[in-house]
Amino acid sequence: MSFVSKPRSFKASIGALTFGPGPSAVTIGGGGTLPLHFFDAKPDAPPRLPKVGVEVADTGFAAEGLPLLAACYDGAATLAERVRRAASLDGADFVCLRFEGADPGGVDRPVEECVALAKEALDASPLPVAIAGCKNVEKDTALFTALAEALQGRNVLFLSAREEDYKQIGAAAALAYGHKVGAESAVDINLAKQLNVLMTQLGVPKESIAMNVGGAAAGYGFEYVASTMDRVRAAALEQEDAMLQMPIVTLVSQEAWAVKESIASAEDVPEWGELEQRAIQMEAVTAAACLASGSDAVVLRHPVTVGKIAALIKALGV
Amino acid sequence: MALKGLDIFKLTPKTNCKDCGSPTCMAFAMKVAQGALPISKCPHMAPEALAKISEAAEPPMKTVEVGAGSDGAPPHKLGGETVMFRHEKTLVHQNLYGVRIDADAARMDDAAIDATLAEALGMDYERIGERMYVECVYIVFTSDAARNRAVLQRVLAALDPGHAPNQGKSRVLLLECADAAAAAPLVEAAQGFKPVLCGARAANWETMNALASSKGLALGVGGATLEELHDTVEKLEAAGNKNLLLRLGDPAAPSAKDAFASAVQIRRAALKDQDRTFGYPSLVDLAALAPGDSVTQAALAAVFTLRYGSIVILERMGYAEALPLYGLRQNIFTDPQKPMKVTPGIYPIGGADEDALCCLTVDFALTYFVVSGEIERSGVPVNLLIPDAGGYSVLTAWAAGKLSASSVAKFIKEGGVEGVVKNRTLVIPGKVAVLKGELEASLPGWEIVVGPNEAVQIVRFLKTLKR
Repeated sequence: MSFVSKPRSFKASIGALTFGPGPSAVTIGGGGTLPLHFFDAKPDAPPRLPKVGVEVADTGFAAEGLPLLAACYDGAATLAERVRRAASLDGADFVCLRFEGADPGGVDRPVEECVALAKEALDASPLPVAIAGCKNVEKDTALFTALAEALQGRNVLFLSAREEDYKQIGAAAALAYGHKVGAESAVDINLAKQLNVLMTQLGVPKESIAMNVGGAAAGYGFEYVASTMDRVRAAALEQEDAMLQMPIVTLVSQEAWAVKESIASAEDVPEWGELEQRAIQMEAVTAAACLASGSDAVVLRHPVTVGKIAALIKALGV
Repeated sequence: MALKGLDIFKLTPKTNCKDCGSPTCMAFAMKVAQGALPISKCPHMAPEALAKISEAAEPPMKTVEVGAGSDGAPPHKLGGETVMFRHEKTLVHQNLYGVRIDADAARMDDAAIDATLAEALGMDYERIGERMYVECVYIVFTSDAARNRAVLQRVLAALDPGHAPNQGKSRVLLLECADAAAAAPLVEAAQGFKPVLCGARAANWETMNALASSKGLALGVGGATLEELHDTVEKLEAAGNKNLLLRLGDPAAPSAKDAFASAVQIRRAALKDQDRTFGYPSLVDLAALAPGDSVTQAALAAVFTLRYGSIVILERMGYAEALPLYGLRQNIFTDPQKPMKVTPGIYPIGGADEDALCCLTVDFALTYFVVSGEIERSGVPVNLLIPDAGGYSVLTAWAAGKLSASSVAKFIKEGGVEGVVKNRTLVIPGKVAVLKGELEASLPGWEIVVGPNEAVQIVRFLKTLKR
C-alpha cells in the first residue's frame, strides 16, 4: 500500500488581529492549521506566517558581556532612537515597547513622562507598536489608560490586560479608543478562556483581542506552556471554540533573559563559555519552541535571534 | 490499534469447545480484546488468524534500541510513542542529540573534527536528577576509503569507553555511507558500538539491508519523497527488517520545510492512520538544513524536540546549545502525571556559607527553579532548604499534608540542617504563613519569618530583610 499524503484541514481558523496605523499595519494569526503546519494549508490560502516583535525597554538593557546587543544600540541616546534601530532590524515585524521603568519598585517613572516617551517612540517607529507595562497591576492600569487616550488613532496593541485590570484596560484601550488588547493568563487553558469570555462580555470585539497565555524559558517548566498552547490550538481548531481562537502573542524575551543561562557571566561559570552566545541560544530555542507550540507572534530582544527566527519562519512557511 | 472483540471472534473456530477455559468462543474473544487472556490460550486457532491478531496487537510505533550501551548506561530506546501530544497521555522515549562529523577533509579537517568532538563529548552536567551529555556522533563518509578509515579511528579513539569523559554514558555511533561495500569494513571496525548504519535509499536498500541485518544493526532509511520512503520501508519490512530509523527530508535536497513536513506526516500516518510502515523513530540532520548556522540549528532542534524528531543532529553541541535544548527536552518528556522533583537538601545560593539566612520552599522542580533564580538575582546569600514535599507546589503540598510544621521541623533536625548551617533565621513561603506558630514551637532557637506570597517579590523582600 503506497503512501498518500492527507492534509489535515479544519473548518475553523485562528482569528486575525491587525494593529498599527494604516498601510504599515501588521496582522497576526489568521491561520487554519496547527502551528507551523504550513504543508496542511489549503492551496489557495495565503501562508499566515507568525510575526516577530523586537523588545525595546524605556530603561534600556544592561549590555555587559553582550557586545552584539550593545553595538546594535550603540550611541542611541533616546528611546525614540532605540525604537528606530529596533524597527530597522532584519526580520522585525513590529516593535514592543516595554515600560519597565514605570515599576513603582524600580525607577517609578510617572505616567505623564511615559506618555511623552511613548509618543516620541511611536513617531519614530516605521513599524506597528505593541506596548507592554511593568507587571504592577495598579501602575499598568493607570499607564495604559493614559496611553490609550494619548495614542488615539494609532491602533496600538496593549500587553496585557489581566483578570485584575481587564475592565479598565479593556474599556479604555479597546472600547473608548479602538486599540487592541492582549489578554494575559498564567499558563492555563481555562484561565485563558475565562478572560477572553470576560473581555467579550465587556464589549471588546473578538478581533481586538490577542492572547498572552504565559511563557517560560526552555527548561523552566516549558512543558506547561507547550501543553497549554497545544490544548488551546486543539480547542480552537478541532472543537471550534470561538473563545479560544484569538491569536497568541508570547513575550519570549521576558522569560529567556531572566534565567541563569542568559545572566551568569563567563567568569562566574567558566565552563559555560561566553555569555552572549548562551543568551542568544536560550532566546532562539525558547522562541522556536513557542512557535512550534502555537505562538502567532513572539517578542524577542537580541538582534541575532530576531533575524534568525524570522528567517526560520520563512524557511518553514514559504 | 487493537482489534475489537467481534473481529477476534470471527477468527476463532467458533466451536465453543471450551478448551480455552471460556464457556464460548465469543466470551474468549471478548477477554482477548480486553487483554485479559492471550490468544495462545486457544489451541485451535489457524496460523494465519494468529498472525493477523498478533500483528494487530503490535503498537502503532515500534521501539528501536540504538547503541550498545556501556557499564551502568543501557542502550537508548527510541519511538514507541502512542500519542501526538504529551497532554493526551505522555511521551515515552525522549529524543537524542548528536553532532555531525564529516569525513570529507574539505569540509572538516582533523583539527575541526577534534574540536567538535572535544566540545561535544566534554559537555556533561546534571539537571534535576538527569545526566546531560551528547548521546550521538553521526559520521558522514566520503568515497575515499583511506580517509574514511582514518576519521572513523579518530572518532572511535575519542569515544573509547575507557576515557573519563565517556564513563557511565551510552554513546551511539551513526555511520552515513550509501555504499554497502565501502560501509562493510567501517561497520566491522565500529562493531563494538553497535552503530546505526545510515544511507539506505530506494536504489541501494538490498545491499544496505543485507549488511545491517547480518550485523544486527538498526538501519537508517531515506527517500526523495515520502512516497519513495514508504515504498522502500515496505520492501525492507517484506525482507524481514523492522529495525529502522526514518530519515526526515530528502537527503539530496535538504530543506527545513520538507523535513518538518515529513516529521509530522510520518508520525501522523503511524499514530492517526494506523499506517505501521511509518511506525518508526526518525533521524534529522540539522547540519545539512542550516550549514554553519548554530543559532538556526538550535532553533530547529527545539522544533524537532517538540515535534517528532528522534535523533537530532547538529554541527556542534557546546553548553550554549545544550543548556536550553536539554532543558527543553527534560520538560517535554516529563510524564504529565508525575511532577518533576529536585532532590531534597540544602542548596547554598549566591555564595552562601553556614552563616547565611535560610529560606524554605518545596521540591517541585518548577518552584525550585523560580525561587532559586529570584534568590540568585537578589544577590543575597541564602541557604535554600528543600524538604521532601512530594514534588508538589507550596499550597498543594500543604493541602496534601506533605508540607507541615512537623515535616519541616523533622527535615531541619534530622536532615542535618542544624549541623551544617549556623544561622537560625528561617524564611517560610508566604502562602504557608499559617505554619509560623507551630514551627516556632517545634524549632526552639529559630526565628521564623514569613516571606512573600509570590516569587517575583523575593528580590525586594530579601534586600529589605538584609537591611
